Amino acid sequence: MSGHDHGDHGLSRRKVLECMTWAGTGVLWTITGGVPRSLGIIDSAQAATAAAPGMTFLQISDSHVGFDKPANPNALGTLEEAVNKINAMPAKPSFMIHTGDITHLSKAAEFDNADRIISQSKLDVHYVPGEHDFLDEEVKFYRERYGRGTKGAGWYSFDAGGVHFIGLVNVVDLKAGGLGNLGAEQLSWLEDDLRGKSKSTPVVLFAHIPLWTVYPEWGWGTEDGGRALEYVKGFGSVTVLNGHIHQVMQKVEGNVTFHTARSTAFPQPAPGAASSPGPMKVEDAKLRSMLGVASINFKQNEQRLAIIDTPLQG
Amino acid sequence: MKTLNRRDFSVDFGLTLAAAILLPVTTAHADDTNMEVHIDNFVFQPPELKIKVGTTVTWTNRDDIPHTVVSAGKFRSKTLDTDDKFTFTFTNAGDYKYFCSLHPHMTGMIKVE
Ligand SMILES: [Cu+2]
Repeated sequence: MSGHDHGDHGLSRRKVLECMTWAGTGVLWTITGGVPRSLGIIDSAQAATAAAPGMTFLQISDSHVGFDKPANPNALGTLEEAVNKINAMPAKPSFMIHTGDITHLSKAAEFDNADRIISQSKLDVHYVPGEHDFLDEEVKFYRERYGRGTKGAGWYSFDAGGVHFIGLVNVVDLKAGGLGNLGAEQLSWLEDDLRGKSKSTPVVLFAHIPLWTVYPEWGWGTEDGGRALEYVKGFGSVTVLNGHIHQVMQKVEGNVTFHTARSTAFPQPAPGAASSPGPMKVEDAKLRSMLGVASINFKQNEQRLAIIDTPLQG
Repeated sequence: MKTLNRRDFSVDFGLTLAAAILLPVTTAHADDTNMEVHIDNFVFQPPELKIKVGTTVTWTNRDDIPHTVVSAGKFRSKTLDTDDKFTFTFTNAGDYKYFCSLHPHMTGMIKVE
């Protein structure tokens, strides 16, 4: 077990287990000086964010629009449920991040459907692609829709609420036997992008595949993710968001907090808990407790980030 | 968790042996010039295949998740959805390492003599 990073740094095993247990109900996390603290389950957490001033943004991931297999015959339907949940939030978030696998097979109709539903949130959405979004022959559907103003395969940065956000692409040019890949060009862009930034600027990195090594046996990690993390090491507050593994997982290492969002489409097994990372079939009644969205509340000047995971159904 | 994993592998292995024994009986038309590789649970099965020059290999994706079959500079399938197939005929001897470009930890080998 010791070969894997499962949150041993500053996060006790018991804390991890609590986090896993609560994954079905949703947790509000605040991170103060790199140490996570849970403020409670979703209902009280939502009340707390509604009352708290500061910037709130949402993360949504792995919608897999077009997926219709037994694990969830209607991925578009559960995406719509997630969007309804967003629309019902007491305080409107500033914007949304989608960490990839918008579609299942990169078909034009799948992108159309995803867009039709997600746009009902009436939020600005910042996307990064998942490997499922780059399956069309010419790899153009994602780029034509979401790639405007981005570099390379679709990476970019922007500032909001005093936080510097960086969207990275780690799903292209994957090598046999390897993990996710950022590549030299993107890494040097990242280095440039961060150059001259005050070390007190909070940084949020987001990408599809985890930038940290979750479980290499299933390809859950990024080969050169460590290089990206080197560049942000000196910053006071760094948050790394990803999708891909369809379950909540969090790790804190120094000033860096890693957080993985749920899918809105189907759950995947915990590392090593099944013979493959494929879609996990659960009882219909349980499915919605394993899907959801994450909202992140940033309180300026306090370097405090609260992450709330909201399942579609408690 | 680890124990469970190992048990799964031994089950898979047992099934593979059973399939190998049954193959000549159940697939009457199978011959040296047509071979099959299945993708099950993110694994190419069998992971290594020894064939003669001129043999056609057919890969079938039996997962709920799309996969690809790629051998750098040699062959590249389109994305294979559930039950989709990819076929390639090997006309030159050599070792053909291949992988899934979506899940690069999935690798396989075709040895052509
Ligand atoms: Cu694959």
